[in-house]
Amino acid sequence: MRLFGHRVPLTALIGLVIIAVNLITAIGAPWIAPFDQANVVGDAWGDPTSQNLLGLDNLGRDLLSRLIYGARMSIGLAFVITCLSFALGIVTGFAAAVLRGWVDTLLSRIVDLLLSMPTLIFAFIVLSVLGTDLPVLILTIAILDSTKVFRLSRALAMNLAALEYVEVAQVRGEGLWWVIRKEILPNAAAPLIAEFGLRFSFAFLFIAALSFLGLGVQPPNADWGSMVRDYRDMINLDAMAPLYPAGAIAILTIGVNFVVDWMLSIHSHAHGDGA
Amino acid sequence: MNARQAGEHVLQVDCLRVEVRTDRGPGPVLVDNVSFALRRGEVIGLIGESGAGKSTIGLATLGYTRRGCHISGGTLDFDGRDIRQMTAAERRALRGPGVAYIAQSAAASFNPAMTLFEQVCEIPVRHGMMSVQQARTEAVRLFRELELPNPERFGERYPHQVSGGQLQRAMAAMAMAAKPDILVFDEPTTALDVTTQVEVLAAFRKLIREHRTAAIYITHDLAVVAQIADHIMVLRHGKTVEYGTAGQILQSPREEYTRRLVAERVAGHTFRDDLASAETPILEVSNVVASYHSLLRVIDGVSLDVRRGDTVAVVGESGSGKSTLARVIIGLLPRQSGDIRFRGDSLPPRLAARSRDQLRRIQMIYQMPDVALNPNQTLLEIIGRPVQFYFGRPREQVRARVLELLRMMDLPEHFIGRKPGELSGGQKQRVGIARALAAEPDLIICDEVTSALDQLVGEEILRLLKRLQDELGLAYLFITHDLGTVKRIANKVVVMLKGKLVAGGETAKVFAPPYHPYTELLLSSVPEMRSDWLDEVLSRRAQTLQAMRDAQIQLVP
Repeated sequence: MRLFGHRVPLTALIGLVIIAVNLITAIGAPWIAPFDQANVVGDAWGDPTSQNLLGLDNLGRDLLSRLIYGARMSIGLAFVITCLSFALGIVTGFAAAVLRGWVDTLLSRIVDLLLSMPTLIFAFIVLSVLGTDLPVLILTIAILDSTKVFRLSRALAMNLAALEYVEVAQVRGEGLWWVIRKEILPNAAAPLIAEFGLRFSFAFLFIAALSFLGLGVQPPNADWGSMVRDYRDMINLDAMAPLYPAGAIAILTIGVNFVVDWMLSIHSHAHGDGA
Repeated sequence: MNARQAGEHVLQVDCLRVEVRTDRGPGPVLVDNVSFALRRGEVIGLIGESGAGKSTIGLATLGYTRRGCHISGGTLDFDGRDIRQMTAAERRALRGPGVAYIAQSAAASFNPAMTLFEQVCEIPVRHGMMSVQQARTEAVRLFRELELPNPERFGERYPHQVSGGQLQRAMAAMAMAAKPDILVFDEPTTALDVTTQVEVLAAFRKLIREHRTAAIYITHDLAVVAQIADHIMVLRHGKTVEYGTAGQILQSPREEYTRRLVAERVAGHTFRDDLASAETPILEVSNVVASYHSLLRVIDGVSLDVRRGDTVAVVGESGSGKSTLARVIIGLLPRQSGDIRFRGDSLPPRLAARSRDQLRRIQMIYQMPDVALNPNQTLLEIIGRPVQFYFGRPREQVRARVLELLRMMDLPEHFIGRKPGELSGGQKQRVGIARALAAEPDLIICDEVTSALDQLVGEEILRLLKRLQDELGLAYLFITHDLGTVKRIANKVVVMLKGKLVAGGETAKVFAPPYHPYTELLLSSVPEMRSDWLDEVLSRRAQTLQAMRDAQIQLVP
């Protein structure tokens, strides 16, 4: 099988299918899910029936529906956060590389400062102080994550800015925005897209971790991390309940990584076969 | 010829064929049906433009191909055994003691974290031919033969601590360390300055003669190969055009293509017309000083002026500051003192302080068309952007102007939707010129515009530049290290040495006696097609150098 002119290996194909299924589930959650995520439809820990395929949860809500709505919340949040962190990281990273001087020094030192603190603990402190609203959650993780995007895009742009076509644009009198948007971004796209996949998995796991610790998505909204936390005791009672959200987290992460590996291999081929 | 006769032949290549292998089956053929035989002490020069398959043949004699290629036919008979039939272990034993390779860029071929001794001694020690101590003694002997400074201690240095010419010679020592039967030189002097090239070439020739090693010498410069080769093979598109003794190829080439190569190298076409140029200079550079870190002056008190219709050449070796001068004029590197006047007005030192009109009127064409054009833009975007940016024309007019410029460059109109990756080197350079012209400049700075191109392609670019100058009355500031080009295209020339001007004036005067000693050194270093040129220049060299040293004492008080 080929996609965009490149051969798709089996692992990448599996990854693409996993991502597609997850995306469809996330987008179509209200239509796919048999019940609403907050509806109590029976007794706590009700057994699986033909109506409730995976059974009921600790409050008697349909587990399958919560899993489907959880996909919407977890994937949607991770996506928004990654987009935000990329927008922030790319613009600051490219600006630092093109402008150099004090702009570069200032931005780089701020990033060093943020990177010197353990991310999880830093997020913990911010969220405990500012509360666990969704906007706060999104902004906190996006800013923390953008430091890594900054590092990558600065390094990429440093190499590109030394090339003569960027110099030509500067000598022509083009502004910073043009140079970033037209001369650098299209040529840095391939590695950045691969990084987007990796950052997405990271943000996704990070939200899951925060939710598991109770600082992420708040009830009654379902999300895979908080579902693992809510159902975790049932593992001692031979119930499958906590394994469903945990498995979903693992499968999506692996799927995204398969696809990223494939994209990175394409990227390295394009550069290695020059001779 | 049969294998028995191979006793005197170290290498016999028969009907060699190298192909690219793609995942969709066989791809283009890089080398097709090439045959030659190499005797001990004999040097074969492989000559041709880029893409002719010279390096591919050179690597094939080591039983190696670049990634994605493979040897698909023919035999490579080394000492009675076919290299193609060897096992991987046998081939490893061949490389080094049998055939050794000297690459174009020594800087990229040495490990920066190891001393030269470690790297030169590695091959004989690895192959178990010598102990470390023996290998070191041998290395010192080779360093001495190659006339490297302080041969006993030279090997203790790291690659970055020696000059480019020394490193290239150290690489020859590395190749010779295991006493190979065949040396493969792959454009070993192309990246060096002309004056350094002479020394390195002389060292190589001495090495080959004294050790009676067979050699394959790959180059695109006929004059270089004339100094060193016994036989010359002219290649084009992977096929042999002509094969004969050096004398025959240089004096009486049989094929049309060879004749063109030889003719261009010997005489070249003169584009220069020594007409009186306009009265008032459009660019006046006076006493400009510039540096990168304020300690060392990269440009030190340089003055020159350029008039309408002028082609002023700036010549000098790498490190002479000629490219820095271009950066100062264009505003990328602000000058520290002195003045640059353009059309009568002083240009602000910093790029940001210059008006859009000032930026428009000075354009630049770069050495490497590959990195001067954004690979993700179409020619419409690349050439059209200056039209849109400086003149604010609507879309249809921009398109019409780009088509007009493509026609001026002799490029087909349907190229407008192509990206640089789909063009050849010469075509890319034409796009670079079109982009400069799109701004309708008065002055174009040409930074080594032909040095990355093949000889005949470079020739066409020069012709195009000259035609445009006649049509549009442009002025060129032509930065180059190639004196052959300068003599033919420039009506004025300035010679730079370590950031200072050492000579300047009309080309005919600067390049005629009495020379400035440095000009003479540069001129005498340009390889000529006579095979006795190298001996001649070496004998003259010592006295010229002495004269230059004397002159520099006057030059730098």
